[in-house]
Amino acid sequence: MAFRDEWLRARAVAWKDLMAERRSKAGFNSVAALGVTILVLFGFALGPDAEAIRAAAPGALWLAALFAGVLAFNRSYQVELDGGALEPLLMYPGARRSIFAGKLLANFVFVFLLLVIVIAVSLVLFHITVPSTWPRLLLVVLLGEVGLVTLGTFYAAMASRSRAREVLLPLLLFPMLVPVLLAAMQATKALLVGDVMHDAGAWTSLLVAYDVIFLISTFLAFDYVIEA
Amino acid sequence: MTAAAAFTLEVPKSGRWPIFGWFAVLFLAGAQITAFAISPPDRDMGDLQKILYVHVPAAWNMGICYLLVAIYSFRYLWKRDDRDDLIAASAAEVGTLLNGLTLVLGMIWARPTWGVWWVWDARLTSTLIMFLVFAGYLALRAFVEEPDRRALWSAVAGIMGAINYPIVYMSVRWWRTIHQVQSTPSTLDPTYTFSLRLNAVAVLFILIYFIRRRYEAALTERVTEQLSQAAALGGPLHA
Repeated sequence: MAFRDEWLRARAVAWKDLMAERRSKAGFNSVAALGVTILVLFGFALGPDAEAIRAAAPGALWLAALFAGVLAFNRSYQVELDGGALEPLLMYPGARRSIFAGKLLANFVFVFLLLVIVIAVSLVLFHITVPSTWPRLLLVVLLGEVGLVTLGTFYAAMASRSRAREVLLPLLLFPMLVPVLLAAMQATKALLVGDVMHDAGAWTSLLVAYDVIFLISTFLAFDYVIEA
Repeated sequence: MTAAAAFTLEVPKSGRWPIFGWFAVLFLAGAQITAFAISPPDRDMGDLQKILYVHVPAAWNMGICYLLVAIYSFRYLWKRDDRDDLIAASAAEVGTLLNGLTLVLGMIWARPTWGVWWVWDARLTSTLIMFLVFAGYLALRAFVEEPDRRALWSAVAGIMGAINYPIVYMSVRWWRTIHQVQSTPSTLDPTYTFSLRLNAVAVLFILIYFIRRRYEAALTERVTEQLSQAAALGGPLHA
């Protein structure tokens, strides 16, 4: 019963965030445009050589998602802080972790849509052919996204309420995300060339371990972060 | 009114700590001289090997510092005593310093040995990432003014950073590896082992002294904050 209550609360928070986003659209459109811009800039950095571009595509794709996603994480608290709505939200009865779960869910949907656009554009710009193992690729994308969004939503709860939030969030978040980015890039790279070395499996298990460890620890720690 | 305000803080006294500081410096000097005097140059590396006596102790003691950060962060979340937060902060600063020292000394050794300043090896890369994680931790402390909030958030960030280390290490290790396998006492000549341990203890004394003095300074700052807060509220300072 208690679990059901928490799920309903989390869903309400997620629904509220997504609704606010859908009504303004400004947030998503600008973040998606930034994601595409970053891909284009990577294209310039990697030169016109088609082979080099294709080899570096998984890295470029994940970094574009990371740089654009970071803006989404701070935004998800910023809208509420500007409207003075975070305090009332915290005063609702029930565990604070359902607020975190809700924000996590909303950010997951937001970043997923961002990834759809970034991947679609990468397919075109970086001459990627979709491999036959695409369901595994989708799994890697989703697992990588979970890691990215979990820590992003968590650290944004601190950074968005500090001075210099634009600097602080990437500074805290990026070093923590090294394993998830490395694993996601390597697994994506392996699957795009048909996983000839059979190392995508190991990277996928690393992603699963990372996601489980940080989902648990962020849920445990969120109460401390939001109470102050 | 928060739990942290229940503890009365006092400006700490330095007592005999300055004497301990001099002792630590002299001990380090003695340990270095011993290392140079008794251990012969390495067959392959020559005197370059002497960097071992600062690089490895710095790396070990960096680990001790980060362990202290994790322990005192947990303790702060449990007891909500401001002093635990300040010890964690002091240990993080000293740890970041030793971390930077480890990296720089390692590079100075790597250039003549491996021919490059930097290689993307598991140990090096994860040490660099740890440096960045704790740079983020110190930035978080600098950018949050409200003391209770700063203490809670940095405790959480410190613990998260500690949890992340093994995962970072694993991931970079799978990515690529060339760092030489650590020597163990069985592969190392006893004269090297003795000098190495002596220097590790010397750096440990320096570390204890640094953390203590940094803690004194942090506590003094914290007391000043509390006094000015109380003065701003117009009332006497209540415990």
